[in-house]
Amino acid sequence: MKSAVIVFPGSNCDRDAHDAIEKVTGHKPAMVWHQESDLPEGTEFIMVPGGFSYGDYLRCGAMASRSAIMPAIVAHAATGAPVLGVCNGFQILTESGLLPGALMRNAGLKFVCEKAKLTVENANTRFTSHYEGGAELIVPIAHHDGNYFADADTLDRIEGEGQVVFRYGNNPNGSARDIAGITNEQGNVMGMMPHPERAVDANHGGTDGLKLFESLLGSA
Amino acid sequence: MTQYAEGITAEIVKEHGINDEEYAVILDRLGRAPNMVELGIFSVMWSEHCSYKSSRAHLGKFPTSGEKVIQGPGENAGVIDIGDGQACIFKMESHNHPSYIEPYQGAATGVGGILRDVFTMGARPVALMNALRFGAPDHAKTTHLVSGVVAGIGGYGNCVGVPTVGGETNFHAGYNGNILVNAMAVGLADTDNIFYARGAEPGQPIVYVGSKTGRDGIHGATMASAEFDDQSEEKRPTVQVGDPFVEKKLIEACLELMATDAIAAIQDMGAAGLTSSSVEMADKGGIGIHLDMDKVPQREANMSTYEMMLSESQERMLVIMKPGREDVAYDIFKKWELDVAVIGETTDTGRMVLTHKGETVCDIPVAPLADDAPKYERPYFPPEARAQLNAKDIAKPDHMGDILLKLMSSPDMASKAWIWKQYDRHVMADTAASSEDPSDAAIVRVHGTKKALAITTDCTPRYCFADPYEGGKQAVAEAWRNLTATGADPIAITDCLNFGNPEREEIMGQFVGCIEGMAEACDVLSFPVVSGNVSLYNETNGVAIPPTPAVGAVGLIPDMDQRAGFGGMAEGNILLVVGETEGAMGASVYLKEIEGREDGGAPLVDLKTEKAHGDFVRDQIRAGRLTACHDISDGGLACAAADMALASDCGIKLAHEPEADVPMHGFLFGEDQARYLIAAEKENAIAILQDAKAEEIPVQVVGLAGGAAITVNGAHPLELDRLRAAWEGWMPGLMDKLAEAAE
Repeated sequence: MKSAVIVFPGSNCDRDAHDAIEKVTGHKPAMVWHQESDLPEGTEFIMVPGGFSYGDYLRCGAMASRSAIMPAIVAHAATGAPVLGVCNGFQILTESGLLPGALMRNAGLKFVCEKAKLTVENANTRFTSHYEGGAELIVPIAHHDGNYFADADTLDRIEGEGQVVFRYGNNPNGSARDIAGITNEQGNVMGMMPHPERAVDANHGGTDGLKLFESLLGSA
Repeated sequence: MTQYAEGITAEIVKEHGINDEEYAVILDRLGRAPNMVELGIFSVMWSEHCSYKSSRAHLGKFPTSGEKVIQGPGENAGVIDIGDGQACIFKMESHNHPSYIEPYQGAATGVGGILRDVFTMGARPVALMNALRFGAPDHAKTTHLVSGVVAGIGGYGNCVGVPTVGGETNFHAGYNGNILVNAMAVGLADTDNIFYARGAEPGQPIVYVGSKTGRDGIHGATMASAEFDDQSEEKRPTVQVGDPFVEKKLIEACLELMATDAIAAIQDMGAAGLTSSSVEMADKGGIGIHLDMDKVPQREANMSTYEMMLSESQERMLVIMKPGREDVAYDIFKKWELDVAVIGETTDTGRMVLTHKGETVCDIPVAPLADDAPKYERPYFPPEARAQLNAKDIAKPDHMGDILLKLMSSPDMASKAWIWKQYDRHVMADTAASSEDPSDAAIVRVHGTKKALAITTDCTPRYCFADPYEGGKQAVAEAWRNLTATGADPIAITDCLNFGNPEREEIMGQFVGCIEGMAEACDVLSFPVVSGNVSLYNETNGVAIPPTPAVGAVGLIPDMDQRAGFGGMAEGNILLVVGETEGAMGASVYLKEIEGREDGGAPLVDLKTEKAHGDFVRDQIRAGRLTACHDISDGGLACAAADMALASDCGIKLAHEPEADVPMHGFLFGEDQARYLIAAEKENAIAILQDAKAEEIPVQVVGLAGGAAITVNGAHPLELDRLRAAWEGWMPGLMDKLAEAAE
């Protein structure tokens, strides 16, 4: 599977994303600088990594969502190809309109870093097909603005369409309906606050994120 | 010769922290009176913070070399060899004064500054640590300061994407007026690509990169070299403001530039900014410098040379490039949207010449700024020796479980999850153990290998106050022990020496005592000092902090599969103590929390014993015999056992021999040194005891793992649920008061 990791000024999980993808797929992803306007030829999977793009100035993800590479990502998503945004990547995908809702400041107003308990709500996505439905996972979180918000109608709709993919076991940030990760309506764009790329190694963060990348590889 | 240049008075000289004697030296070296710019430059270069004028005479006592030392003190950070062509670069530094005045920015810029010290040398930063000391929990300012400092450390470290993996936090009334914020950064580089401040030659371009220069932080170094009084909060404008987003870009841009072979010398602009970075590179290269101040990127209009030279605006670096390679820097820094400008060149004059708006505004020799900085042999007297205090001299309590509960929920012992949950501990995906994990040191894998760094910070100010010499020894020994308890080979330390006003003889006595004790320990344990920082004048209205020589230590775990933590104890394991227990109670946590006393001598550290016991434990870890290993320090055996029980979620039945010479509370809570609590399955425990006998290491069976409580001789129960609730509950309870007050 040919992958690309997008790098913005302030991205800081780009190397982690690179290494996790390489570990599972056996191929090094292309590192694509935000000022590019095209993706490398033949890119299948795009990962928008975590970090503090543009220092979180203005609003988390707001400036990155207007960067030169974004139209190419939006066009790529429109072809039905997989796009994953983690943490700041999730914020960028909501800011760019690829995913519904928004991520607000944590309810506790503080940065939260912990190993979060997650439940797989929908195992029938290309990101989660290798998990069992209802499986409980431990995946690290680290964010200041992970409080997922959408209006009640939107929440009802995404719940109804199976777009809620992960839910927190012990809501760490005030997210509506304990939502930790969602897809778009077509199911090919996913955003999540927890970091699966930090859970692919028994010596660091556990291995509960491995199946996410394996699912993607299996679906490619 | 006129005494003062136009516009300068005796009062202005005094405000610059320059005394009559020092001013006379300036007049002599210049052969004339300095102008305002020159006075400012001498003022910062000769400040305690930059010149180490009170401490230099004693810092030479530290052993600083060794087989694995590539660079000792004197550069931006220390460098050690970790094999396979790789080096670990690290340093710890204080940001005490600014953090008290403006906790968020003070702490944040402390993190930014120490990161720059490390990546300036070509290392990618891989870990951050912090050692924090706050005033009494019930002091009016404490929760506000804790909240701001923690948010500042997290705000900076999280954004730059370097994990904050560990540290320590103490509370004591002695820090009510002067908190300590000591930050440590650790980085990795290739041994053949390390960058130094030395190496510049005449005729090379001086390139400024990073943020623009503003009016923030002017005279920060001078502020950090003076005592506080009631008006200190008026000094807020001298605290710098950090931008971790720029720092992140600066790290990436500098590392990109360092991969190109275009750099002759490089120095970050830290304390005293443009002044100290340019002077240090010129001095170390034995050359002169000419800077055109009109070319300095400026944030504000009409900045004077004085302001530009003394500004401590953050996220700036000064690079002396190989001639003709300026374009390489321009391309990289423009890509990262950072300022870059050639602002001058090196010369062969040995002078620092500054021109601004067509005029020469400074023309002084470089050498006196660095070499002729005052060096004081300040008088001192050693503190009065305190008698040792043994458990036998203290009344025996009734219920040991109640005592243990009280100790484990006391300010220094209680869980600090409230703090470390605000730090990203996992970014970079190499953190094998951080504050949340049952490990005596943080463990950070060397990226892409099976090796790992073990990192710890340690100091027991109670001991240093009771006996500076023994306390200094103990700080180093405990750091060594913490690394050892993970299975690491300890390699070297950095230090952050925090003390009061060195012009007072008793404070200078504490300083000298601690240094001599530390030096002795470093020597015997083959644990050299490779970098460090001194913070003096931590004093308000004449009241000094407890002497706090914080030690930051680094060791290497050759194979990640051969290491230990204290969370793996299981039902049926035998618990053993390595080392001898006599029931030392002087300056102990027990004495403070239970008896309300802080007297008695510090526990004595026998360094040869320390080394023998540590080497024994490390061998047992590598032989794979232990399920858990924990150093015994604050709160003694019982508190180490409580940590192990909580982390392993398994009770412990401790056994105290009733006829023993050491009373039960001494056995449980004594703080005798050179001890470890280890757990092993029965057969391994037997093998350990046999090895111990053969090697003449005192090892004693002290208990058995099992149940859901900690008991002693089948009595004194403390249920783990109750212990966990109290241990976890103390800090949120304290900080909730802050939230309530805000509502």
